[in-house]
Amino acid sequence: MCGIAGVIHRGSRADVGFEMTSMLRALKHRGPDSTGFALYGQPQRGEFVLRFKVAEQEDMSKGFDIHRQVVERRAEVDRRIAQMGGEIVMEEPATEYAFRYQLRFKPGTMNSLEAYKKFADYIEDIDGAEILSLGHALELIKDLGDAERVSGDYKLSQFKGTHAIGHTRMATESDVDIRSAHPYWAYPFMDVSVVHNGQLTNYWGFRRQLEHRGHRFMSNCDSELIAVYLADRMHRGANLEEAMHASVAELDGVFTYLVATSDKLGMAKDTMAAKPMVLFESSDLVAMASEEVAIRSIFPKEIDTWDPYDGEVRVWQS
Amino acid sequence: MAKLSVKAPLGAEHEESLRGRTQQTFFPATQEENYTYPDSVEVNFKKRAEFDAAPMTATQINERIRALMAEGNGHIVVHNPMAKHGIGVGLLNKLRLEFRGSLGYFGCGLLDGPYVTISGRVGWSCAENMLAGVIVIEKNAGSTFGAALRGGDLVCKGDVGARMAIDQKGGTIIVGGRCGSFCGFMMQRGRMIILGDTGNNLGDSMYDGTIYVGGKIGSLGVDAVPGELTEVEAAWLKRKLDTYGLKAPNGVENLKKIVAGRQLWNYDKLEPTEKKIAL
Repeated sequence: MCGIAGVIHRGSRADVGFEMTSMLRALKHRGPDSTGFALYGQPQRGEFVLRFKVAEQEDMSKGFDIHRQVVERRAEVDRRIAQMGGEIVMEEPATEYAFRYQLRFKPGTMNSLEAYKKFADYIEDIDGAEILSLGHALELIKDLGDAERVSGDYKLSQFKGTHAIGHTRMATESDVDIRSAHPYWAYPFMDVSVVHNGQLTNYWGFRRQLEHRGHRFMSNCDSELIAVYLADRMHRGANLEEAMHASVAELDGVFTYLVATSDKLGMAKDTMAAKPMVLFESSDLVAMASEEVAIRSIFPKEIDTWDPYDGEVRVWQS
Repeated sequence: MAKLSVKAPLGAEHEESLRGRTQQTFFPATQEENYTYPDSVEVNFKKRAEFDAAPMTATQINERIRALMAEGNGHIVVHNPMAKHGIGVGLLNKLRLEFRGSLGYFGCGLLDGPYVTISGRVGWSCAENMLAGVIVIEKNAGSTFGAALRGGDLVCKGDVGARMAIDQKGGTIIVGGRCGSFCGFMMQRGRMIILGDTGNNLGDSMYDGTIYVGGKIGSLGVDAVPGELTEVEAAWLKRKLDTYGLKAPNGVENLKKIVAGRQLWNYDKLEPTEKKIAL
């Protein structure tokens, strides 16, 4: 059934890593297979944050050669970044197979959607490589295990930022692996990520249409479609809210999803309101989750909450 | 408004004789002593106990309530339930139960008898399958509120989510605010009063039962049709709302009444052309 959560602070930075860890820990019973975070920190002017992996967690226990392959794949990523005019300003290995890079590019080389796409495609052309996120503020982390484990492994509880979305997954329609875990980066859009609870019934039809327009899918998970769909809509001129309204009309099935950009957090619910969402809104922040118990994990006091209605779309600014 | 010759005496609302099987009473107040459970306990409503549920699991909270009932406490106050799931369930006993805070999913389900107040909000599926008793919620409620309700009064003074009273089989649900889509879906018996606006497909495929709406109706579902409010109903509605300190926005006389069109009755036996008409 999956659990999703989001929090956005208005005009201030806070411990969003700790908050999202607490919220997702409270939703563990909704899905123990994998956990993912999309955390939005202070945008680094002129620098990009790249989160990528070169193998699945389960690959690391298969065969004798995988450790050497991981080293080689990462070296190839480094080589291709340099080839594309990029400089690695800082690198942090999060796990043996997943990494965080801060990149700087030569002026004029990474300043368009086409350039981002070309960069992402070239990196993902490496066997086993997948870009989890690319942007100025977004840090997308996902792995197998519960919130406690993922947050601990990737040291997320110290993360400060303006907003975050997260997901605990119960795999129903695709594999238990990082590729099928949420959030999804809305390739190739900088800083756009999506988490979803539900099932889309017109997934394959829409996927074919979007692939024909040049978009790439990394998994067979229907949730990825929402990220790609929103990216496509925005590429064709819609703003975030317009793209979300269109998704409610066009995507078929039952869903509630959250989408985040560098400074916004949005929520959309299908026209039958079949999937849960509880909202809390104050002058300082907005928090939302599949269950109120997740909001209570960061607000241990009496608060007013409510359910958004069928077909509702909301967007909040940080 | 149609006039009926029968006027219900004050205080005897459970014995009013209105139209249809929907209005039948299954557990009249005069017979309540006949309905007791083997494991129900004698409680004293003047004996009061309270505890802080914040550090407790849902199971521990439920066990604590039962233990306090077994000690004869007729009034139990639970502080800080913290939106935990499945608490206050399966109580087949007379009891005054007070939650100071919010409940999560499936709160107060399968009740038969207690009078429950909740100062906060409730999550999905509150009061599912309640047989008798009263639940009053001061704030909002999630979806599938009062699903398969069989009896008693279920009151939410705020807004309610989608699919409220799905498969309702009896009792009365009152909403002070608005409600989401598909409320009253496959409703079979009982009454639902919504003082605010409703979502789409209100009363979709309802078999019987009555819905009263004070605000705007998003749209009516299949086989849900407007009905005519009678004086007896208006008097009953006023008494019922007064009981919980609620008022119809433009007076009870102006509540819209929705009933089953009954085109879907014996649907399986209809000819294909008749099925098309019914839908």
